[in-house]
Amino acid sequence: MKLHEYTISQLHDLISKREISVPELTRYMLDRIESLDSKLECYITVTEKQAMEQAEKVQKMIDDGTLNSPLAGIPMGIKDNICTRGIPTTCASKMLSNFVPPYDAHVVKKLYDNGAVLLGKLNMDEFAMGSSTESSHFKKTKNPWDTERVPGGSSGGSAAAVAAGEAIYALGSDTGGSIRQPASFCGCVGLKPTYGLVSRFGLVAYASSFDQIGPLTKTVTDCALVLNAIAGHDPMDLTSSRRQHPDYTKALINDVKGMKIGVPREFIDDSVQKDIRDAVLNAVKVFSDLGARCEEISIPIMEYVVPTYYIIALAEASFNLARYDGVKFGYRAANPKDMLDFCMRSRSEGFGTEVKRRILLGTYVLSSGYYDAYYKKALKARTIITREFNKAFEEYDIIIGPVSPTTAYRIGEKINDPVQMYMEDIFTVPVNIAGLPAISIPCGFDSKSLPIGLQIIGKRFDETTIIRAAYTFEQNTDFHKARPSLNE
Amino acid sequence: MIEVKPMEYEAVIGLEVHAELSTKSKIFCSCTTEFGGQPNTHCCPICLGMPGTLPVLNKKAVEYAIKAGLATNCTISLFTKQDRKNYFYPDLPKGYQISQYDLPLCKDGYVEIETENGKKKIRINRIHIEEDAGKLVHSEYGNYSFVDYNRTGVPLIEIVSEPDISSAAEAKAYLEKLKAILQFIGVSDCKMEEGSLRADVNISVRPKGSKQLGERTEMKNLNSFRAVYRAIEAEVARQIEVIKSGGVIHRETRRWDDAKGESYPMRSKEDAQDYRYFPEPDLPPLIIKKELIERLKNELPELPDARKQRYISEYGLPEYDAGVLTSSKELSDFFEEAAKASTNVKAVSNWVMGDMLRILREKNMEIAEIPFPPAYPAKLVALIDKGVINGPTAKKVFEEMFDTGKDPETIVKEQGLEVLNDESVLLEVVERVIQENPNSVADYKKGKKKAIGFLVGQAMKATKGKANPQLINELLIKKLEG
Repeated sequence: MKLHEYTISQLHDLISKREISVPELTRYMLDRIESLDSKLECYITVTEKQAMEQAEKVQKMIDDGTLNSPLAGIPMGIKDNICTRGIPTTCASKMLSNFVPPYDAHVVKKLYDNGAVLLGKLNMDEFAMGSSTESSHFKKTKNPWDTERVPGGSSGGSAAAVAAGEAIYALGSDTGGSIRQPASFCGCVGLKPTYGLVSRFGLVAYASSFDQIGPLTKTVTDCALVLNAIAGHDPMDLTSSRRQHPDYTKALINDVKGMKIGVPREFIDDSVQKDIRDAVLNAVKVFSDLGARCEEISIPIMEYVVPTYYIIALAEASFNLARYDGVKFGYRAANPKDMLDFCMRSRSEGFGTEVKRRILLGTYVLSSGYYDAYYKKALKARTIITREFNKAFEEYDIIIGPVSPTTAYRIGEKINDPVQMYMEDIFTVPVNIAGLPAISIPCGFDSKSLPIGLQIIGKRFDETTIIRAAYTFEQNTDFHKARPSLNE
Repeated sequence: MIEVKPMEYEAVIGLEVHAELSTKSKIFCSCTTEFGGQPNTHCCPICLGMPGTLPVLNKKAVEYAIKAGLATNCTISLFTKQDRKNYFYPDLPKGYQISQYDLPLCKDGYVEIETENGKKKIRINRIHIEEDAGKLVHSEYGNYSFVDYNRTGVPLIEIVSEPDISSAAEAKAYLEKLKAILQFIGVSDCKMEEGSLRADVNISVRPKGSKQLGERTEMKNLNSFRAVYRAIEAEVARQIEVIKSGGVIHRETRRWDDAKGESYPMRSKEDAQDYRYFPEPDLPPLIIKKELIERLKNELPELPDARKQRYISEYGLPEYDAGVLTSSKELSDFFEEAAKASTNVKAVSNWVMGDMLRILREKNMEIAEIPFPPAYPAKLVALIDKGVINGPTAKKVFEEMFDTGKDPETIVKEQGLEVLNDESVLLEVVERVIQENPNSVADYKKGKKKAIGFLVGQAMKATKGKANPQLINELLIKKLEG
């Protein structure tokens, strides 16, 4: 097995036993990025110099015995909408192509405290708006399983890098599925935590009431390790929860006996690609065979989740992106006629098509005369959707289903049909609407050998049960062991 | 011939007052709120709205706003929230303002003002918290603008009145009352010249007695109480003129030009901003505990109205005097200290209201700049009451106190200003005056008793005003008639 195929826990072992040094491991990963990334285009920025300095420093601290974390010395990548002090944070947009934040996001600080080594900043859809990473201003990341195909999005760079071994793990952000969907397309583990579990400070806002940062990893165990490091209250984010979070590695228990699992029939209807439906039904069988009680349930409100999500998310986005006026940071149009021309052209030239579309839609749904018909109604729907999920959780410990109705599609195949792309978020967005935690884990392959993800949704702040179910599934199946060949 | 009575009109006025709260730090970050400073030195990534940053609400700002609500008889909302208000302009770094829309922190209050027709309640619709914007400076030399974000994120309260105000004088009285209240409770320094108190005025007119409201205009750029007064007078007159000549008032925002004494349209209703309010997702709803409201209520100091009543009952001051002395916290506190040091409070109040305010006006000084402590005017009064100095001398001493900051006793001693009471000395003076003014003496003896006044004046002059005039008078009469 090669170093990039190791998990966090395996590498931690090697580092602890002095079988490999952190600088050696980091050098190895940088070389791998060097040789592979021209093909996959996962990274927007590779922080080679900082990574090597960080590696030396971390190794010294390990040697001194002053650092003892499972993440110490493990090389990772961070989605480029999470602020890193002194390192460009572009959101894959021309608008922020020159933006170097003078502060670290809360999660970045926490990872640094744990001795993480940052390899670079990962590609994404511009401002996290998209589900294929095709709206990036800079590059189109390829799916490691088939480089003609998209890695999913918006955390496509993060998922592809983890799947291809260009990072041992990565951070992504999930507003409507942006961690889970690329994780499912690339065959890795991706967790969207409960809204409020992880601080959003330093995450460039897309839709503030949905955004959450989460890990993308090779295994459920690694997921628990990273979650342990990034979860917890941050006084700089008033929406972050004050509750003490448990040690998630304690939930790595291979046992689901007696667990009550709901399978919404709306999640496995004809709109879902057949091999995905089969894989999910197989997962249901795996859980049942292991002693869980699986039952079909119904969540009739499902037909409203996509419009509800897009109305609220884009309303928030239209405000969140108002700060990019060319005055304080970011792209600035040349030779403006006057102040209005300056702001207008900076925005027209700095934002890409999808971002502009979403700003316009968000502005529209909040405009006087349309507010009641769209935004206000969506807020009501949000309450009902949340209530329906909470009601289901009175009966069931987890809800399972597919992550996406399709597997990875060809680059360029859907980019000109935004509505279809929005509709395919149907299984991921209700989780963000209700603020729930959910994970995507590998559960099969389609006829083209593309990975399929299983989504496990839990109660608010009950990541523990999700991790337990996911871990049990992983221990009793081999899907997570498959790796893309990459013609290596 | 039918006699047509000219139509009479009345003004309907409502005020939106913005007051900067005097918290140490800004509303969503720890930057200082201090006025001035080099441009863009009082800011940080949060108040600059940099990507990824989040607001953290300053609890003090909320407490100050609640105090303002309590002091203006408002109901404090136990559940309230903040909202985003769209306003795309480079002086607002996020492109929106965090304000409050449908659930303001305080609502349904009032303040009482004095009018020509007695007391009047001006109802307050709401008080909400929001963040201030920065300042745009347009270059005089080239085609560019500068922006200073120092003021960005300074906490504000917006106090919205009901349209209960009927004249410029009432508007001014309302503003003065609000200012006094906010200063008394220590939540805002209300300096209009530094922009920490700003007022926008909504004005409409209607036929007297009509129940229907006329179309209104909103007046902006009012930088002083005087400007508010003049702008209302001018706008009411303009609207009446328009209506009388058969025109209609259009809903619009107008800008007041204080130098020219007139306003001109800024934007019409059609260009009105669509604020697109929606709940601020970065800030959870605010739950205000009853215990907090109770604590803040207990912390409130004596308010202007209560203090005024006390001056009337405790010091026996006339209502008008008590009103003037409680019109500002600084003045009232100064008077209060002076009164404590005196047994003749009425006299002290006359000095404070009369000569002191006149001198401050003449010298363009603030009360804070007075170079002597409040006890000195009390000492001055005591010197008069004890007969050590007379009234005219006291006026001179008081002026001197403003120049040197010296104790009145010291001034009197140093310059030998004590009243001359020594009869032997005064007798000499009287004799000399009689000798030097035979004509007046003759007049007096012929029965022109008024001539005594001239002689007293001459005696006073001879003693450089220090003589006890009463004593001089007595001695003169004694000499002339004896």
